[in-house]
Amino acid sequence: MPSLKELAKRKEMLTPGHRLCAGCGAPIAVRLILMAADKPVVAANATGCLEVSTSIFPYTAWDIPWIHSAFENVAATIAGVESMYRAKKRRGEIAEEMYFVAFGGDGGTYDIGLQALSGALERGHRFVYVCYNNEAYMNTGIQRSSATPLGAWTTTSPDGEAQPGKLQWRKNMTEIVVAHGIPYVAQSSPWNWRDLTSKAEKAFHANGPSFINVLASCNRGWRHLPSDTLKIMQLASDCCIWPLYEVENGKYRLTYKPKEKKPVEEWLKAQGRFKHLFTPENRHLIDEIQAYVDKEWELLLKRCEA
Amino acid sequence: MELKTRVLGLNGNAAVAYAMRQINPDVVAAYPITPQTDCVERFAEYVSAGLVDTEFVTVESEHSAMSACIGAAAAGGRVMTATAANGLALMWEMLYIAASLRLPIVMMVTNRALSGNINIHCDHSDTMGARDAGWIQLFSENAQEAYDNIIQAVRIAEDLNVRLPVMVTQDGFIISHAVERVEVLDDELVQNFVGPYKPVYPLLDLAHPVTYGPLDLFDYYFEHKRSQIEAIDNSFPIIKKVGEEFGKMTGRAYDLLETYKLEGAEYAVVALGSTCGTAKEAVNVLRERGKKVGLLKIRCFRPFPRKEIAAALLPLKGVAVLDRSVSFGGFGGPVFTEIRSALYDAPSRPLMMDFFYGLGGRDIYPEDIEKALQTIESVVQKGTVEEHIGYLGLRE
Repeated sequence: MPSLKELAKRKEMLTPGHRLCAGCGAPIAVRLILMAADKPVVAANATGCLEVSTSIFPYTAWDIPWIHSAFENVAATIAGVESMYRAKKRRGEIAEEMYFVAFGGDGGTYDIGLQALSGALERGHRFVYVCYNNEAYMNTGIQRSSATPLGAWTTTSPDGEAQPGKLQWRKNMTEIVVAHGIPYVAQSSPWNWRDLTSKAEKAFHANGPSFINVLASCNRGWRHLPSDTLKIMQLASDCCIWPLYEVENGKYRLTYKPKEKKPVEEWLKAQGRFKHLFTPENRHLIDEIQAYVDKEWELLLKRCEA
Repeated sequence: MELKTRVLGLNGNAAVAYAMRQINPDVVAAYPITPQTDCVERFAEYVSAGLVDTEFVTVESEHSAMSACIGAAAAGGRVMTATAANGLALMWEMLYIAASLRLPIVMMVTNRALSGNINIHCDHSDTMGARDAGWIQLFSENAQEAYDNIIQAVRIAEDLNVRLPVMVTQDGFIISHAVERVEVLDDELVQNFVGPYKPVYPLLDLAHPVTYGPLDLFDYYFEHKRSQIEAIDNSFPIIKKVGEEFGKMTGRAYDLLETYKLEGAEYAVVALGSTCGTAKEAVNVLRERGKKVGLLKIRCFRPFPRKEIAAALLPLKGVAVLDRSVSFGGFGGPVFTEIRSALYDAPSRPLMMDFFYGLGGRDIYPEDIEKALQTIESVVQKGTVEEHIGYLGLRE
């Protein structure tokens, strides 16, 4: 893996001037991932914040070939691009080596795009799928997704007299992808640039589909200061609610072990979306979340030790 | 080049698969659905046997089929697919995007009734539902036309003045599953006719990175739609030119429309697809009885050849339009409303009735078409249309 100094010298593929919010986690994740590419990249984007904010006609923030067509189909779209590449390569009409990457939010990945993703993984296209996961539908204005954690306020899971925010656990998308048996799956977070760039490099080099589930805070939806983005995301890893790990050819490896496992309460307290949990009647939910996190963490440690 | 042909017994699906083999596209992404399945299966056999070097993407749904076609076509190569009915409906969102991105994808559709209730047989509810998506639509009367249309569609779609996707339809089961005499061209002739693919702004051109499918708001979207209107209108002369050229090569020339015994006719039936064959028989029978009747067959429904249709129908006294799909709550079916609109500017017009028929694969017989022509004749004799809508082959 090249040094940070060397990485920083690489060409920016997502250029400045895009219209994502200050403090948005998505462009940090995207730039770190693309920085790790040692060959040219062709990108596809699902409909979402990243897409609408980087491509407003007649401008584009993408200095690489880029395509968006719809919300639920980015995996199928990049599969088509990659298939044309294979066809041209086989026919000797193209010689250059290149990488194919698809970006989707948690809405475009966990929910509406799950079928297209599963299909593309099963077919074995050589592409990197990046889920920039801000734990809700942020582009349409903070609605719950199946990636939204239990208890979180969103506009479709508001906290009120009868309900304390979202009622369900989030789905474990990383494990769903692991179950497809693809060469490389990782969970990462941009607060740890080395973790993310190393995983991106492995994902690009994988001989088949690869998947990175990267946490990407949305300060508008999570309700924290734009300047706290990386801090909040590090807290998620330190509380073990967003562990950093990878699964390479089926082999689990924990890539970050917090020196001290912090209580999940610290992470919840830092964000306005969980504010209502800190009342006596909702207190039990914090305990439930802690128990859930502990259980998943233990399971992950076991998988990594195996 | 010397015309080399062979006569084969093929059903419509096989004829299209045969043409696809000869075209040898870069990418085919498809999902099986009755009654198109047979076409995809045959193409898979060609792939398996190494008779094509196409990248064949066996997607998990029709939505992904069209999405992959869009990605592949934007990447810069020749792309084909096939579907029917609910599969086409599942693609609906992506059909508009394929046309808006000006991607020359060629798709065969075996016309089949849309659910519900679920029905696997022919009507035109699927393709008529897609008529506003921005695709060129060519209807086929038989397996030979399905074969010929698919080959021409590649040229039309990829023409630099057009660059739009083309849908070639054939009636489900009636054409797709009936074995007919099909004259196929030599592989080399087909390759020469379609020519090499000319990429326009290919995504895989790393030296010239392009952004496909940006956010396009009120300040530009409207102009982009206006240019799309221009593009599909531009296809009229191209469809004619390609049809003429194909005719020079094969003796089977194609136009936007086909007229059958319309010369000197007083009454005509208008139809699309396999029913035109049945209608020709009905016209022959009535002509023998001294009736001045004819047929107008619409081959190209999108873009709608309004001028040519007006020119063909205005000399008539009465027109019976056959619609194999319903626009619920509309005034007649899609073919009827378009034709009435095309004739509006003429100072005097034939009287016109719409006949719904054949929904969900209900058979249509020459006698049904004779009945439609007799009905419009009696309407003309009365001098007024009392009931604009009729039904053929319906139990009431």
